[in-house]
Amino acid sequence: MTAEFVQPDLMPALPEMVMLAMTCLVLLVDLFLPQEKRGFTLLLSVATLALVIAAVIAVAPVGAVSSFGGSFVLDQLAVVLKIATCAVTILVFVYSRDYLADNDIYKGEYYVLGLFATLGMMVMISAHSFLLVYLGLELLSLSLYAMIAFNRNSLSASESAMKYFVLGAMASGLLLYGISIFYGITGTLDLNQVGISISAQFAQHPVALGFALTFIVVGLSFKLGAVPFHMWLPDIYQGSPTSVTLFIGTAPKIAGFAMAIRLLVDGLGDLQVDWSQMLLALAIASMAIGNIIAIAQTNFKRMLAYSTISHVGFILLGILSATANGYASAMFYTITYAITASVAFGVLLVLNRKGFEAENISDLSGLNDSNPWYAALLAIAMFSMAGVPPTVGFYAKLSVLQAVVQIEMIWLAVAAVLFSVIGLFYYLRVIKVMYFDQPLPEQTTTIKEALDVKLLLSANSLSLILLGMFPSTLMAYCILSFS
Amino acid sequence: MIETVIFYVFAVSTVITATAVVTVRNPVHAALFLVLTFFTSAIIWLSLEAEFLAISLVLVYVGAVMVLFIFVVMMLDINVARLREGFVRYLPLGLLVAAIMLGLMLSVVTSDVFVLDLASEPVPKPADYSNTKALGGVLYTEYVFAFEIAAVILLVAIIAAISLTMRKRSQTKYQNPTEQIRVRKADRLRVVKMPSEDK
Repeated sequence: MTAEFVQPDLMPALPEMVMLAMTCLVLLVDLFLPQEKRGFTLLLSVATLALVIAAVIAVAPVGAVSSFGGSFVLDQLAVVLKIATCAVTILVFVYSRDYLADNDIYKGEYYVLGLFATLGMMVMISAHSFLLVYLGLELLSLSLYAMIAFNRNSLSASESAMKYFVLGAMASGLLLYGISIFYGITGTLDLNQVGISISAQFAQHPVALGFALTFIVVGLSFKLGAVPFHMWLPDIYQGSPTSVTLFIGTAPKIAGFAMAIRLLVDGLGDLQVDWSQMLLALAIASMAIGNIIAIAQTNFKRMLAYSTISHVGFILLGILSATANGYASAMFYTITYAITASVAFGVLLVLNRKGFEAENISDLSGLNDSNPWYAALLAIAMFSMAGVPPTVGFYAKLSVLQAVVQIEMIWLAVAAVLFSVIGLFYYLRVIKVMYFDQPLPEQTTTIKEALDVKLLLSANSLSLILLGMFPSTLMAYCILSFS
Repeated sequence: MIETVIFYVFAVSTVITATAVVTVRNPVHAALFLVLTFFTSAIIWLSLEAEFLAISLVLVYVGAVMVLFIFVVMMLDINVARLREGFVRYLPLGLLVAAIMLGLMLSVVTSDVFVLDLASEPVPKPADYSNTKALGGVLYTEYVFAFEIAAVILLVAIIAAISLTMRKRSQTKYQNPTEQIRVRKADRLRVVKMPSEDK
């Protein structure tokens, strides 16, 4: 008997293949570069990401295309999210250059690991089987653990890498446990077939399915950082080198959203009533704890970590509404949040100098006097996070709330607005510190400015206003992804 | 008939050797028993028509992993008496865990929740059926993407391990063989002419 070798359609995975080949090239080229030419590695990494974006656009299908026995899917959702992930990673790489150089960790491995993490995110975005979701997640996490521990001279970085590793492994274990129970019940890892099998067996094994679903949701909320599985987030944001915090705080959120959609909506859509209730509890707790505890923070990175938790609550609101509109608005929220967070951390990175680690809110005092332009850029990001018009944060919150109101959960929308108002306090405090406080004596030294960073950061920040005033293009793509 | 005999012989020896791994006093003997356990389980796999898994178990685990294991065991100076101190004390706990595991496994196998098709016995494959080919058939077509990503994960692990542990120490003293070979007598040796002293 001869086995049939049917070659799968490789074209949909072209972006991933380009990414992998180019990353290996970066890895090899970097070995032969002297330290003063490290900029070439950065250039090559950015070129890789740009090439991947081009490849994604080139293979973008009209409808959904699946390959590798249904385990890989390329649809509108995947196209938009992959482009967003790569674009945000470009920002991360460019912003972090000077910080890395100042802290003597300007090495090629940072970019190589970052590119591998991005590859992991792309796998997660396109995954349509439990196996690929998990592999993508592990590729992402493993790269992130190493990136956090990268600064070996920093004790706090090693500590947070250890924390992230232990908690991340536990979360992966929980997720795997849920996956294994689903595999036991349905006998397949393919998300389509899992969905079909569940709808057939739902009446038969409601308890076992609910049990497995709980583990999946717990693992998922660990990775997203939703309360009560959020405890790792503030410590890791604070302990990591700021350049890595910037990376963790932006692009992986997009991949986390994709993972939630693939697992919950594509695979376990028939259990929607159950997971909506779980997400409801998680969302309310995240918005409450995130916004209230952020008020007490003096460390800017820690404050942004709690702010992330509250934003995750908002994203979950969109998902739990379980309508195409809700998913689209959650997607819009996730992408714009990643863009906003990259401005906030980007400005923080610019303020860092050799021997001075800017991470407290007080380090920002009087920023308007010394660097009015950067103060303005950060202010825009803060307004956007708080949801003040005309920034994009306002529109993102509005569309999520609209989706919640559409499923007639008015009380939930009211609660979300109340928590946002609480959140307004600590965002405005940052702006007050920048504009009305006296600068600290050590703050007065001017920051060095790289032109490319300044241009990109300005464009990034101004895009928040632009997207806020003209959100329809991005929103149209988001709605198209779920129609 | 002969299959049944083979199965029982090797199943019983698997259980005996696995028990021996945790009960023998000498750690080297324990490692060698583990090798035997792997070997007998490989035979059981072989009788299940999973030749590829059986061969890779022998090649990878017996051939590579266990050799490394035995090396480590031989290099470490393990105090056997101290290792066995808690044996009786922890025995009830170990038995409890084993009992719970057994109960869980039985409940899984007997329940109707999981799709374990116990009723139909698998039909033996024909003699020319290649298990390796069948594995390759799916591994390099349907699962090739997952396969490659798993390989990338291993690559990342290598990069991470090297970049996190490799340090260039400034004080390390090492020899440069090229320079050592090139050395001439005149570089190292200085002949000092001294007048002979008078008595």
